[in-house]
Amino acid sequence: MDSEILAWHIRRDVLDMLYKSHSTHIGSAFSIADILAVIYTYFADTEALKNNDKERTRIILSKGHAGAAIYAALYRKGLISEEEFKAYGKDGSNLSCHIPYHLRGIEVSTASLGQGVGMAAGIALAGKKAGLHYRTFAIAGDGECNEGSVWEMVMFARQHKLNNLTMIIDRNGMQALGETTKILDMGDFKSKFEAFDWNVKSVDGHNHEQLKAALENPEEITDKPTCIIANTVKGKGVSFMENNNLWHYRYPQGTDYDNAVIELEAQKP
Amino acid sequence: MRNAFVDTLCALTFENKNIYLLTGDLGFGVLTKFWETYPDNFINVGIAEQNMMAVAAGLALEGNMVFAYSMPNFATMRCLEHIRNCIAYHKANVKIVSVGAGVAYSTLGITHHGTEDLSVMRAIPELKIFSPADPYETIAVTLAACKIDAPCYIRLEKGRESFIHHQKIDNYEIGKAVKILDGDDCAIFSTGAISLEALKAAEQLNAKGISTALFTFPTIKPIDVEVIENYARKCKVIVTVEENNIIGGFGSAVAEVISEIKGSKATLKRIGFRDEFTDVVGSQDYLRAYYKLTAENINRILLGQ
Repeated sequence: MDSEILAWHIRRDVLDMLYKSHSTHIGSAFSIADILAVIYTYFADTEALKNNDKERTRIILSKGHAGAAIYAALYRKGLISEEEFKAYGKDGSNLSCHIPYHLRGIEVSTASLGQGVGMAAGIALAGKKAGLHYRTFAIAGDGECNEGSVWEMVMFARQHKLNNLTMIIDRNGMQALGETTKILDMGDFKSKFEAFDWNVKSVDGHNHEQLKAALENPEEITDKPTCIIANTVKGKGVSFMENNNLWHYRYPQGTDYDNAVIELEAQKP
Repeated sequence: MRNAFVDTLCALTFENKNIYLLTGDLGFGVLTKFWETYPDNFINVGIAEQNMMAVAAGLALEGNMVFAYSMPNFATMRCLEHIRNCIAYHKANVKIVSVGAGVAYSTLGITHHGTEDLSVMRAIPELKIFSPADPYETIAVTLAACKIDAPCYIRLEKGRESFIHHQKIDNYEIGKAVKILDGDDCAIFSTGAISLEALKAAEQLNAKGISTALFTFPTIKPIDVEVIENYARKCKVIVTVEENNIIGGFGSAVAEVISEIKGSKATLKRIGFRDEFTDVVGSQDYLRAYYKLTAENINRILLGQ
């Protein structure tokens, strides 16, 4: 399955999951669908994830509220069963709206913002100490970067030359209660991360070629950690959800659901 | 006490190179032996305790045993949610170690007084909590904590090297109180370095003919239910002594056990900081006297005076 198809499945699955479970954060999940699709397709060996191989790629979704998207990715990659997947959000399910650590393909539980990135730094450091060559990817929100602990990690990762760590910022310009510029304007992420002496790249976070090129292993050329600013659209894929923060907390119902299905089906690769 | 910890950790690291010691830029003169001997196993994360706990969790989840070292408030409350989510929830093999229990850093003021950390940490699931009374208990709990693949909080006093025990405690079992003196009329349960005051109090009472037992509690979570139950049924009065707020800490843990015992005879009295900030300036002994954490006051409370 190529990454475009996986990204489409992620959005289509997420729509149904949130529709059936009355769960929230569809905008956040759509925002990172392409990022996850590219990582799980080109940068993570599914068999290694399945077997918990010590050299498997470590994937940390620091913005854990977008967990539905990662469940869809794991389901499509065969890392969680159909039965488990279909139980999403139901009483007694393994899959909560915010992600748990006891699934193959997910390293840590997250969703309290600003924590996953720090654990990712610890995991990356452990790889260096153990002489292993796995890469660690941490996906964070732009709103999440309000948290001071994100910047504690940023300093730490550079100090310890964690060039095996790649942080991807889902730069959709929105957070829970509105536009990031009107709440805590994070300004120019590129210059901020460059000021902390990271390797920084800025890409269209829905363009798979650009994402793939940016995620290629920079380890040989620099001793710095890498930050990829993925410029995204919250709610990407369904026109009336795009850049509309209602869809941070609203779940699709009735004609909204029907119209979203029509739009996504029309985009099927 | 802290030197006993560092010496023990050095010995453990000699055997196990998967041990890491992280510090939030503290430990001047204390951790030196460790970082000089094991520079590859030592990481000063800087003054950034939230990140220290997250990094500690990440390192531990990759199969390492990680010690995270700071002062009580910085090692607990500053980064409490990171401890809860990253460490405790993941059952990560992280041993959080704080130095400066109670008013050990006396003149530094209330920001540096660890007076609620036991209460706060006790509420977090999965964490085992240790509060040793002297260097021998410190060695015992450090070794015990290292035998289990589980998150722990170890609360040390500071540099005092006063001993309550006469010799090393072999094979300390987590969750057990340690009998110092036996007695039938009253019992003093104590945790941490303040136990030396409790010992003085117990000796004075016994000299007066009041048969007083004394137990130290190097582990406060899990708590030694058996000892508490036995003495609650046997004694008229039990006094708990801790260098922590009386709300939520060691005394509360004992109260929780006693409140559920059928046929408890004992009245419980808790000694500790009485829900207040310790903002008087002075030495550790001065502050302990000011806040009534002395042998004389333990006796007074125990005798109902």
